[in-house]
Parts: sequence; C-alpha cells; structure tokens
Amino acid sequence: MIKSEAASPPKEGWLPRFRSSPPIRFLTSERAIALALVSPSIILVAIFVYGFIGWSAVVSVSNWHNINPDYSYVGLDNFKDLFQNFRFQIDIRNTVAFTLMFVLACLVIGFVLASLLDRHIAAEGVFRSIYLFPMAISFIVTGVVWRWLLAPRAGVNLLVSKVGWNPDYSWYTDSKVVYVHQGSALGDALHSIGIGFLTNPNYGLPLAMISVVIAATWQMSGFVMVLYLAGLRAIPDELKEAARVDGASEAQVLRHISFPLLRPVTLSAIIILGHQSLKIFDLVVSMTGTGPGFATDVPALFMFQSTFRANNFARGAAISVVMLATVSVLIIPYLYWSLRKESRL
Amino acid sequence: MRLKSWQVLAVGPLALILLALAACGGGDNATNTPTATGGSPTASGATSSASPLSGTLEIFSWWTTGGEAAGLQALYNLYPQVCPGNVTIQNSTIAGGGGDAARQVLASRMQGGDPPGTFQIHMGHELLDSYVASGDMQSLKSLFDSQGWNTAFPQGVLDIVSKDGIPYSVPVNIHRANVLWYNKKTFTDNGLTAPTTFDQFFQVADALKAKGITPLALGDKDTFESVQLLETTLLGSLGPDKYKGLWTGTTDWSGSDVTAALTTFQKMLTYTNDDHSSLTWDQANDLVIQGKAGMTIMGDWVDADNKAKGFTDSGWVPTPGTSGTYDALSDTFGLPKNAPNPDAVTCWLKLVGSKAGQEAFNPLKGSVCARTDCDKSLFDTYLQSAIDDWKTDTIVPSLAHGAAASPSWLSDISDAVTSFVSDRNVSTLQDRLSTACKTATVCS
Repeated sequence: MIKSEAASPPKEGWLPRFRSSPPIRFLTSERAIALALVSPSIILVAIFVYGFIGWSAVVSVSNWHNINPDYSYVGLDNFKDLFQNFRFQIDIRNTVAFTLMFVLACLVIGFVLASLLDRHIAAEGVFRSIYLFPMAISFIVTGVVWRWLLAPRAGVNLLVSKVGWNPDYSWYTDSKVVYVHQGSALGDALHSIGIGFLTNPNYGLPLAMISVVIAATWQMSGFVMVLYLAGLRAIPDELKEAARVDGASEAQVLRHISFPLLRPVTLSAIIILGHQSLKIFDLVVSMTGTGPGFATDVPALFMFQSTFRANNFARGAAISVVMLATVSVLIIPYLYWSLRKESRL
Repeated sequence: MRLKSWQVLAVGPLALILLALAACGGGDNATNTPTATGGSPTASGATSSASPLSGTLEIFSWWTTGGEAAGLQALYNLYPQVCPGNVTIQNSTIAGGGGDAARQVLASRMQGGDPPGTFQIHMGHELLDSYVASGDMQSLKSLFDSQGWNTAFPQGVLDIVSKDGIPYSVPVNIHRANVLWYNKKTFTDNGLTAPTTFDQFFQVADALKAKGITPLALGDKDTFESVQLLETTLLGSLGPDKYKGLWTGTTDWSGSDVTAALTTFQKMLTYTNDDHSSLTWDQANDLVIQGKAGMTIMGDWVDADNKAKGFTDSGWVPTPGTSGTYDALSDTFGLPKNAPNPDAVTCWLKLVGSKAGQEAFNPLKGSVCARTDCDKSLFDTYLQSAIDDWKTDTIVPSLAHGAAASPSWLSDISDAVTSFVSDRNVSTLQDRLSTACKTATVCS
C-alpha cells in the first residue's frame, strides 16, 4: 500500500511550491532520483516515528491494563487517573525542579567557561576538549560514577569529613523536600497575594534532585560552553572595539554587545537542554532510581515501570503522550521560529 | 538506458521492503547451548516417553549466577536421563533486576507470538493475571493428575498455582518471605532472645537501640524490601486468614485492623537505619553480619548470602506474629500455547516436579522443595528447619514476589509504600492501598 502510493504518478502541485521556483515540470528525473533516495528514510520515519506516536495515542485512550490487549475506548479516563496519581504529581514537580536547575546551571557554567576561554589563553584547545569530554560519555556511565561519588557514607562526605567538616546532607538518599511552609512569613505573603496554594510540598524542591542536577550539569555544561564560545567568536571585534572607543566598560560591553548578540545561542541551548531534561531517563535510572519517596522520580521512569513492570500499557502510553505534549510546547515554537528565519534568508 | 521517473521512485520502497524482510529473517537470540545431548535411555525412570524426544528445548529464565545457575545446570544434567532422546537444551537466560529484564523480554516475545518452550515465572498472580488471563497458557491438569502432584504438593501451593481449580505451572522450589534473621552473638552479648511477637520485637529493638546498635537493618533500594516488610507485618498483625482475604476482597483494606497493622509498620520503620534507601537487601544483611545491626527481615535467600560470606552466627525465627505461617513464593514453569517442541517441554515439567529433580535443584539454589517428600539430609541446617515448617505450616502467598496480587496491583502498592517510607503518614497509605485494591477491581 505504501509502495503503490509512493509510485503512483504525482498530482499537480504535490511538491511544495517555492515562490522563486519556476512552475514548469515538477518531476524531472533528477528530482525523482533525489526523491527515491530520501523515500526510504521518509517511509521509515513515517512508520517508526509518526506511526508509533499515533499508536501510543490510541493505546493511551484504551482500556489495556494488563498483558492482554484491550483496545476498547475509554476516552480520557487514563489521563484523569494519571493526573490524580500521587506519583505522577510528584514526577511533574521533580521535572520542573530538575529542568529549571539543570538548564540554569548549564547556561551559567557554560557561559563562564566560554568567556574565560575566549581570552585567547594558551592551550585553549586542550581546555576545550577537557570541558567537552564529559559529553562523549553515556548518561548511564555518568550516573554510575556520580552515584559512587555522592554515596552518603563513601563519597564526597567522607572526603570533607577528613578535613573535619561533617555536613548533615545525604545527597540522593535525602528524602527532604524544601518548600514554603504554611504559617511562615513567606507563606503568609504568598497567601496575601492569592497564591497560597504554593505552601505545599507538591511545589517544593526535593533535595535529592540536586545530586542528579550536579551529574547532568557536569555532563552538559561543556556543550553549552562550546555553543557560547562559537557565539562569542562570531561577534565581530569591531563592535566591541567601537564600544570601548566610546568609553564603555567591559561590563557594559558584555551587557549591551555580547548578551543581545548571544540571544539566539541561549535560545538554542535552552531548547536542546530543555527537551533533554524533560525526557531524562538513563541518568536517573543508573544513578538514583526513583529515590527515597520518589524524590528523584521522573515521568520517563514512571512510564517505563508502568508499562514493562506493571503491564499497565494504557497508563504507560498516557504518560508518553503527556511527555510528548510537554516537549512539543518547547520544540514547536522553536521549529517555527527557525524555519521562518531560514525562509527569510 | 534512461530510467523513467516512476521506476526510479519505486526503487526506494522496494529496497525498504527487502531490508525489512532481511531483518525479520535474521532474528537470533543471544543464547548458549551448554548442555548434554543424547543420553542414556537406561537411566532412572521417573517417566518414560513413548517415542524418543528430539529437537531443541528452549528454557527461559533469569538464573545466571551462583547457586541458581548451578541448580539449573543440575536439572539440565538430569534431563537426558529422565527424558530419553536427543534434545538439545537452549539455555536462554537474561540477567538483571531480579527478573525484571527477563520479564520484559518475555512479555514482548509472548505478545509477538514467539513463546519460548517454557519460562521461569513466580507462582500465583504474576502468571495467572498475565499469560493465563490472556489465554496463552495450557492447562496442566492432566499432568498434575498423572504425576500424582495433587498429593505430592501441599494444598496451599496447589491453590496458588491454580485458577478456577486448574493448575497452570509447576513449582520447582519454595522460598519463605517471613523470616527474621538476627546476629546470635549480638543477641547473647546483650542478653536478648529472638522476638516472636510484636511486643517482644519492640522490647528487643529498644534494648538494641539503647546500645547504639541499629535494631532493624533495611535496604529498600529495590523497593521490594519495604513491600516485603509491610507484607510480613500485615500477616503477623492480621493472621493468615485475614491476610489472604486482602487479596480476594474479603478483608476490608480500610478496616481498623489494617490501620493497626500499618501503625505497627510505621513504628518498625523508626528502628531502621537512615541510609536504607541507598542499600540493597544483602547490604542490609552485611550490617547484621558486622554487628552494626541486630536483625533484618528478609526472605530465606539470606541463608545463601550468609553462607557465601562465611557467616555462621546467624539465627532465625518467623517474623513477629507469623509462627506457624509460611509466607511462600516459588519459581515455576508452565507450558505456553504454541510452544515449540511441546513434548520436550512436558517432559521438562515432569522433571522439575519430580522428587529427583527437586532434590537436585533445591540444595544448590538454597530453597526447599515444593514437594513434601524430599530427603532432608541433602539440605543445610536452616533449610532442614524450613522443610519441617513447610510440612505443617499454613501456606499464604507472598505479595512482594508476585504470588498474591497482579503485577499492576503490586506496582500501585509498591508506589504507595515507597512514598510512605519517607512521609510515614498512615492514613494516606491506607487510602492509597484501598484505592489500589479498587483499581485492581478486586475490591468494590
């Protein structure tokens, strides 16, 4: 069926019409060859990406809760159950906390490293490689290494106890959640401006998550550094020189020249890091698992366990659909923005 | 020659189809075939088939290391004697995660219509609510009848492996979940005796705590450990009948007796080590071995762990309130519909259910026979006492190990317990457990 569709003579105007291209013959043999060469990948993507997304959507509104498939339609019941599920509520909180901390830390560290390297220091290439290397490691390995490093009785805590400091923090085994308490001064302030619902552990920061953020930032900040370095190098020296001639301080050069011109880089970095952190799975699995009281649980892990351990395929599919929707919120405006920019060029 | 446009266009999809066909043909499992083929048709006669067996018998399990793998190999060595012919055994094992990884592969193979000859699975609802419910397993009623297993196995086990009176899998071993392990030296040094009731347990725990020893070692990194602690507490507090009723809907999850049990569970958790969420059960047992902790509540695989670590000062009693009750889990094998080489599989099932098979397997695995007629002298001290209990105790199904509840119900309970272990809120836990029972459509 797929074959016959692709091979049937194309209808008039089925290829995208570009304003500049002359409307003469669409299917020259040159174009046909090009199309033949890309068609396997188009078909594979159509089946294995879009087909399976559609399949997940179908399963997510079905009644398939054990090994035995049951495709009877139940509407949005699975989604209702999911959003009432306490573990999923915790997962949403964790994802938000993780994404904010991770993206911010990567941007700050990446930018600082990039601006330090941008001073044309000696052996710049060596430093660049050192900072970028963690990205070549798989998240699984990163997770295992940092699990050892931050083990409460063995790792960093043991190191600092040698110099006489015994911090009361057990890293990823800490089940505490920091949040604004009801009745505290800040809590009252929140109540007075009508957002008192925030005084709840569901809107808190699980301390164990910090360990995962450290590991993820260690891995990804080098990548952000490279992005920023390329961005900084692309800023014409003339602009900075002109500003300096006009009497601008280095801080003002940074504020009024570098930052505005780096905005597209920052946006790309946020998109790349953001969609990664919304889908994060391997690092958490190998480092902490669900954590104490689900302190480091994430939707991808919940999805995996629902589907393959509990055989609750409908719930697993519902979680996947929610994850896809969240990532789309981030990706689609970006794609739109970058496509529009391309067509303007 | 110049190709026409449509000819060129057809090339891509055609290539794709060819590729797909090639990929389908090349599916090959990473398996090894270590074992005996051929065999002596003269040897022992637990059974004898009419015609010699041949072909390949694929046995799917997560037994990859230590005593488990040795026990499995012992069964493979026995196979040609019991099942004359020329069967090649294909040992498909998937390591990791206490069987999680293997169960995932199994699920996709069963759903894809490519079942192994037979597979390891926990007895009870792990099988009954999955492949039995989906109609993928064959009834073993005639096999149980012909082999005399209806009397060889205790009624309690027959109940757990059966759905509507029809057995679907053959239990090869039995493990006990409700065992309290303690360090004898720690106990004698402090003048303590092993507790058998909750009151005694808390007295002992307070005494240990006063000495700076962690009373109860817990390592719940893999979650099942704290679920198992809850399960033994429910069992000890409610008694076997009400405990069994939890899984059939006759005991009310929101009742006051369950509240009392959960409150006891809450109190027990206050006597555990702080770093429990970063430890596994065997690391928790290390604390007991080193004398840093006094007791741990875990299944009887602790016995094998102690042996492997050369620890001989270990004492054991049933967990508080569960004397006379055997909280059982078991590894079983069944016969999938459309299994390749079903005759060879049936003979394998005869072997794993036979006295010879269970006596070869269990001393190595560190478990007791599901049958009640095994030779006690083959087993170590702990297992000998377990065998005595197995013959006389009331048998109940284990929750944490798949016997009592369906996988999705167990998963909901595990989530509730994981959350409870950090927030310690009894009423929230009880609400969630009641909801879980309703979601599982066992309670109304």
